[in-house]
Amino acid sequence: MMKNVLAAVAVFLLLGAAAYASFFIAPTDAKQGLIYRILFLHVASAWTGLTAFFICFIANLLYVWRRQPRWDWLGVSAAEVGLAFTTVVLVTGPIWAHPVWGIWWTWSPRLTSTFVLWLLYVVYLMLRTLVEEPDRRALFSALFGIFAFIDVPLVFGSIRWWRDQHPQPVVMGEPGSGMDPIMYKVLFFSWFAMLALMTLLLRQRYKLEAMRSDLETMQHELEEA
Amino acid sequence: MKNIDSLFAAYMAAWAIFFVFYLTVALRTAAIRRDLDRLKNSVARGK
Repeated sequence: MMKNVLAAVAVFLLLGAAAYASFFIAPTDAKQGLIYRILFLHVASAWTGLTAFFICFIANLLYVWRRQPRWDWLGVSAAEVGLAFTTVVLVTGPIWAHPVWGIWWTWSPRLTSTFVLWLLYVVYLMLRTLVEEPDRRALFSALFGIFAFIDVPLVFGSIRWWRDQHPQPVVMGEPGSGMDPIMYKVLFFSWFAMLALMTLLLRQRYKLEAMRSDLETMQHELEEA
Repeated sequence: MKNIDSLFAAYMAAWAIFFVFYLTVALRTAAIRRDLDRLKNSVARGK
């Protein structure tokens, strides 16, 4: 219990430090002014969401291979956490877009593929509520999760392969693209803080799934007795 | 200070989403813990 509280406090402090760095250490953008500082929240959340979906994908593969319940628990936990971070991306994106582009939303490749990604993982979670038998539920959702992950490379490549209203990548982009070195440091620090938050949420969510499995097993044993 | 309201809204929205998610996990965990305890008690009473 004490360990959990300390971990939560550490994550909270890290997020606070990241917010401080985003507002007061990163220099102001010459073109966009203050509003560009959403980048440290929006991009860090996007990278963290994709990291969570990657964990989900690996857990799904391991479940199909090993058929151990713990991989199913990790898969569903990572999917939910990834969905929370992607929701932040989809909410903060339009808040940033409106003053800069003059519109809240456009169906460009990056925005559309991110929205489809969000929908795919909503379906992944809904699918689980339709199957009662735990082994079948785990296998179906693992197979669907592997399929859903196909959209992740599309999200990554959308602004590299097609013309898009969304800005070009700031990391691993074309020659000449990029940011001020201090902005990079603040962005990676913000990502690190978000990864810490993801780990905290993932741990809690995994614990919930393990307890749910215990409950289902007990109920099943009682019904058979 | 142009667009500071949008910046503030973005941070508030993000924090609200994370907080609501954490809250739902905590509430679901508490509900399952209650069910588990109830089940364990009923098994213990049955023995």
